[in-house]
Amino acid sequence: MLSCKDSTELISQGMDRRLSLSERMGLRLHLLICRGCRATEQQLGFLHDAGAAWRQHHDLPSTQQGDSK
Amino acid sequence: MTPNELSLQLAGLRPRLLRFARLQLRDDGAAEDAVQEALLAAVENARNFEGASAAATWVFAILKNKLIDEFRRRGRTPVVAADDEVALEILLEEQFDARGHWREPPPAWSDPAASLEQTRFWEVFEACISGLAERPARVFGMRELLGMETEEICKELGISASNCWVLLHRARLGLRDCLSRRWFGEN
Repeated sequence: MLSCKDSTELISQGMDRRLSLSERMGLRLHLLICRGCRATEQQLGFLHDAGAAWRQHHDLPSTQQGDSK
Repeated sequence: MTPNELSLQLAGLRPRLLRFARLQLRDDGAAEDAVQEALLAAVENARNFEGASAAATWVFAILKNKLIDEFRRRGRTPVVAADDEVALEILLEEQFDARGHWREPPPAWSDPAASLEQTRFWEVFEACISGLAERPARVFGMRELLGMETEEICKELGISASNCWVLLHRARLGLRDCLSRRWFGEN
């Protein structure tokens, strides 16, 4: 079973690379039983959205490679 | 467009570019230089632009490259063991017990999306990024503010992918902690 610390690493990395099948399954299982990690998943996802919204807030054009994810 | 027309159009963009560059470089002088060079490059190419918005996109892309050049230049200067980065790591480690489980599970935020509409939220968001240790803040900025892919960031900074992921993980948990205390806690 993954620890919460490992889970937060996978949540973060899942935003930057494609996780393997076993990593995804391990993470999903852990999230089912862990409220703190579910909150972390929501919050890190929010930070990702906030970056794009930040550019918009300051009315900055996005770069070409930007927002490809 | 003539260079003069374009200069006028881009004048309004300058404060925003400067804010962006400052947040990324943490050095007002260097930020000023980068923005100045990007705007100058645009004005010199004024005749190639159909309108101000094409020029703005172009300037922003140039500025992005200037920031990356600056990061690369800094990356080569020897890095002294950064105390603030160690402090960030300790802060994160302290959230977990010896088996890697939460000492106190972080509470969820209620309706975070609503915050994006509030000007004050962005002040706190920027203050939290500025409060992060330099390397995690830089990688976070490149990834989430500039929207670069991790592969590109590793290449530009000359660090391994796993190093990049570690820095992003620290930056994100550090920011989460800061926003929980300074924004979501008080609402």
